[in-house]
Amino acid sequence: MSDSSAVHGAVAEVHPHEHPSYQRHHFETIEQQFDTTNFAMWLFLLTEIMFFGGLFTAYLIMRNWYYPAFVEASHQLNVGWGTANTAVLITSSFTMAMGVWNAELRRKGGLVLCLVLTFILGLAFLGIKTIEYHEKWEKYHIPGIRYSESAFLNPASDPEVHKSYPDDKPLAPDMAAHTEMYFFLYFAMTGMHALHMIIGIAILGFMIFRARAGAYTTGHVTFVENFGLYWHFVDIIWIFLFPLLYLISRHQ
Amino acid sequence: MNHISPVLWQFLVKWLTNFALFPPEASKIAPEMDALYFFMVLVSLVGLTLVVLLIVSFSILYSKKRHPVATQIEGSTLLEATWTIIPLGLFLVMFVWGALLYFRIYTPPANAMNIYVVGKQWMWKAEHPGGQHEINSLHLPTGRAVQLTLISQDVFHSFSIPAFRVKREAIPGRYTTVWFEPTTPGTYHLFCTQYCGTNHSQMIGDIVVMTPDDFKKWLASSTSGNSLAQDGERLFASLSCNACHNPGPDSRGPNLANVYGSKLTLSSGQTITADEAYLRQSILNPSQHITQGYAPIMPTYQGQISEEGVIALVEYLKNLNSDYRIQQTLNTTELLPESEGKQAPAGKAPATPVRGGKGEVKQ
Amino acid sequence: MSAPTIVSLPDQSTARIPKVNFLTKENGLLSWLLTGDHKRIATLYLISITFFFFIGGALAGLIRLELLTPQTDLMAADTYNKVFTMHGVIMVFFFLVPSVPATIGNFVIPLMVGAKDLALPKINLLSWYLYVIAGCMAIYTMAAGGVDTGWTFTTPLSTHYLNTHVISTGLAIFVAGFSSIFTGLNFIVTIHKMRCPGMTWFRLPLFVWSNYAASILMVLGTPVLAITLVLVVLERTVGIGVFDPAKGGDPLLFQHLFWFYSHPAVYIMILPGMGVISEVVSTFSRKRVFGYTAVAFSSVAIAVFGFFVWAHHMFIMGISNYAALVFSLLTMLVAVPSAIKIFNWAFTLYKGSITFETPMLYAFGFMGLFTIGGMTGVFLGSTGTDIHLTETYFIVAHFHFVMVGGMLMAFLSGIHFWWPKWTGRMYPEKISQLAAVVTFIGFNFTFFPQFILGTLGMPRRYAAYPPEFQVLNVFSTAGASILGVGYLLPILYLTWSLKYGAIAGNNPWQATGLEWQIQSPPLTENFPAIPIMDHEAYDYEWLEHEQQKEVASVG
Repeated sequence: MSDSSAVHGAVAEVHPHEHPSYQRHHFETIEQQFDTTNFAMWLFLLTEIMFFGGLFTAYLIMRNWYYPAFVEASHQLNVGWGTANTAVLITSSFTMAMGVWNAELRRKGGLVLCLVLTFILGLAFLGIKTIEYHEKWEKYHIPGIRYSESAFLNPASDPEVHKSYPDDKPLAPDMAAHTEMYFFLYFAMTGMHALHMIIGIAILGFMIFRARAGAYTTGHVTFVENFGLYWHFVDIIWIFLFPLLYLISRHQ
Repeated sequence: MNHISPVLWQFLVKWLTNFALFPPEASKIAPEMDALYFFMVLVSLVGLTLVVLLIVSFSILYSKKRHPVATQIEGSTLLEATWTIIPLGLFLVMFVWGALLYFRIYTPPANAMNIYVVGKQWMWKAEHPGGQHEINSLHLPTGRAVQLTLISQDVFHSFSIPAFRVKREAIPGRYTTVWFEPTTPGTYHLFCTQYCGTNHSQMIGDIVVMTPDDFKKWLASSTSGNSLAQDGERLFASLSCNACHNPGPDSRGPNLANVYGSKLTLSSGQTITADEAYLRQSILNPSQHITQGYAPIMPTYQGQISEEGVIALVEYLKNLNSDYRIQQTLNTTELLPESEGKQAPAGKAPATPVRGGKGEVKQ
Repeated sequence: MSAPTIVSLPDQSTARIPKVNFLTKENGLLSWLLTGDHKRIATLYLISITFFFFIGGALAGLIRLELLTPQTDLMAADTYNKVFTMHGVIMVFFFLVPSVPATIGNFVIPLMVGAKDLALPKINLLSWYLYVIAGCMAIYTMAAGGVDTGWTFTTPLSTHYLNTHVISTGLAIFVAGFSSIFTGLNFIVTIHKMRCPGMTWFRLPLFVWSNYAASILMVLGTPVLAITLVLVVLERTVGIGVFDPAKGGDPLLFQHLFWFYSHPAVYIMILPGMGVISEVVSTFSRKRVFGYTAVAFSSVAIAVFGFFVWAHHMFIMGISNYAALVFSLLTMLVAVPSAIKIFNWAFTLYKGSITFETPMLYAFGFMGLFTIGGMTGVFLGSTGTDIHLTETYFIVAHFHFVMVGGMLMAFLSGIHFWWPKWTGRMYPEKISQLAAVVTFIGFNFTFFPQFILGTLGMPRRYAAYPPEFQVLNVFSTAGASILGVGYLLPILYLTWSLKYGAIAGNNPWQATGLEWQIQSPPLTENFPAIPIMDHEAYDYEWLEHEQQKEVASVG
């Protein structure tokens, strides 16, 4: 039987062979379909690791060169919000995994609930990020567009941060200039991460809609499972971003 | 190179040069590089001939007409090993030979005469230590090791002298070096070989190699009056570097006499050798290069000095051998090739002797 | 006396193209634009990349015309800079990278593994759309005034010193990169998961191995290019100095990130071509490829080693001498598998039964020219000679020998080889052999003088040059005009053959391989029933057995 159209037409086809309705025709068995799409998702995640890898490389080099600037600039980030975001994402990974489990057990209600919770947690993450970004805007820490080094040349001028980090010394002017590099990498890395979150949340929205129609509880869990992989990946990227960006000097 | 008859070598190179098929050899390293090059050409010819021979002879011997039924052969581990090991062996020879040449070309000897070259869109500026400035040309003496310290003011450029077989990228932000020893007087091409914008093809010039006598005459006639180090001393004073960098006991910055080439311990605990790159960095990015025991208060001069200015300062520091006022020791003739290696005459009295204590180096 | 040939066509008076095939199954524009059929997507790709090839080729013609004279007289220096930049960008990203994989690979790999389609047909279609979108962005860039950074986008020139359309070009390449990633991803998944029963890894045709290796490079390397381009775009817009030394950044960081992809990219470009050569040499010698296992592992070795040699593009840029040493050594190691392949192909001819149809002529051209190109790569991999030869026309000659003398010849070889399977018709043999010979001659005239120019020191990307270099440049341009004819001819006669070519039948080359056991053009679902592979690749004894069975059953 031909399957030349990507859009499944309303052609009624007589199937001489038995297979689930959601099996694509170029696969011989449903197991092959599962196996294949799963493998494809893992491979795609590998490309995403390489993609983020370039940013991580730039970060590692710049941090090595300009450590004092990176330390002091990182003190401008609120570890509380960062920890909250980490908790939010880890929880959302949990709810996502629960969603996959529910799909496997063909429990529509459970699946929808878990997807909705994941969705809400994802939005919460973005919300916290928005608060943080807004704070950066307020404090003139947007690199290239709206930036001031005064908080680093004279830490006492920023009483809030100075209270938490009283030992921060004023940076020399050329080192203070490198704090802008820190923020560039901060926005590039968290921004790229947030972009992936937004895409994930959009797909989640679509999935909630389809899950309510029962699309994933007929035994066809591939989509949910593969999306789960994507979601966990986005979570793991954050697990790396958090200590690298927020916790630079914590070991001291 | 010594194993090949000089006659044959001359014939090969001169003949090719005359037919504009091969660049002239004008530096000491050129024939050595050419030897490796011709070796590679030979190996390539042999390899290509072998492959072509195999293809042609097999095609003839085993064409369908002649050999209507093919004999299925799986392979031969022996052959695989042969054509793995032999090419690998040849390539490794080329690797080692090339690596030796590479290390030679990019490790300047200590006694090399240093010339600074600043590349910018779209010209080359060369600065001799004696204060001679050239644009898009470089005058050189034969028989002397010459080191070029290169930097770019804007984008990547690449300083290429095909006749010397040397080439080095001029990068914004840090010095790169290359050295050579010219052997044959003449005028040779200078090219910029890293694409740098609109007039990349116009960023060319002449390398003028002269006999040592002619070179001395040229130096004397082209001097601007001040050596680079003297320019640097003036800059040092006009930027008030001496406000902190003076030999007084409670000076805010380390004394810079004899700092060039010395080992310094930085405030991070790291020990470095103060070479040109370090000196440049400590002017432009001082907070990362604070000597141990001093506060990180030096302002950066990034944006306030041109690369030529930095070069002048570096040259000044390289020649700063004592705390005494040294202006009169920094005269042009001392920096000529034949006076290299001679110390400043010991008996030369400073104009204004510095007493111990809070004396400051005066302008 | 006509040359012996292995071509075996059905009786032309009664033969017909099969009425039901992938081309005729459905009609209408939408059935093509929304197809999931890998063969249709391959056809769409073939049309698009041919279009870009001719744009890139026209730009090459302009370059050679300008270089006829030592002065910058045909066009302004800025225009020349744009011309060679666009030539590089289009040829690398819009022709060479997708050429064999997206056209021949898409068409033939599911057939070779015994599957009904690639693993992810929608992703395949998405890949083509991304390519077309990227292509439109590139055309927009050209129409809007072009970009003159060089295809290598060296910073800080591209980030701070040019005001041409760097961002749109960067984004176009970004999108094209994802097209490439999805193709590679599809191939890897298909080869792992969709092989028919009995098709073990070592029964796969070597074309599949080569594309598998290239796909690994595509999937792992291209994302790094993507993020590098993002950083360049951000630096141009927001103005952060991650590559700007005045702001504490490092222009050398860009070089490392860029070449980390762009070196594997050259292996992405050549490996599928090598796969074609394996198929063609085997078929036209009637023999299993000599040293099948060695060739298969060489492909993978090239892919693996290819990731570790990128800084050989940076030997003179101020990397540490010791780093240069390491990368030079690894470069020597990566050269060896290619040499192994050349010898294995040569020895496939030994005791074969050789005929000289057009695909074989192109394959011979490949073997000779790739040997030269590869050996000159060793000149450049050795650090000492690289100092003199890098950034000159030697480099230009080197990569044109491997890419044009190598890859493009392999592409043409493959197009001619699979043309009968793709269209059901044969191309005209005599004129195609002529075109192959003309191409070979034109190519050598064009690019061999450039080795000499490079040794003389003529820099690359120069619109003007010292007058003593003119003779060689004129030679090169003359060769280019011959080369142009050689590339134009196939367009003409291949188009002609669509209507007037002889009917090919299932297996005009009497080749082994699952794709030759089905009708030409194939059905949309490729195989009426999934085949079971019970013999080795290139099993000519099995083929003979099958043919005898056919004779016996018909008779």
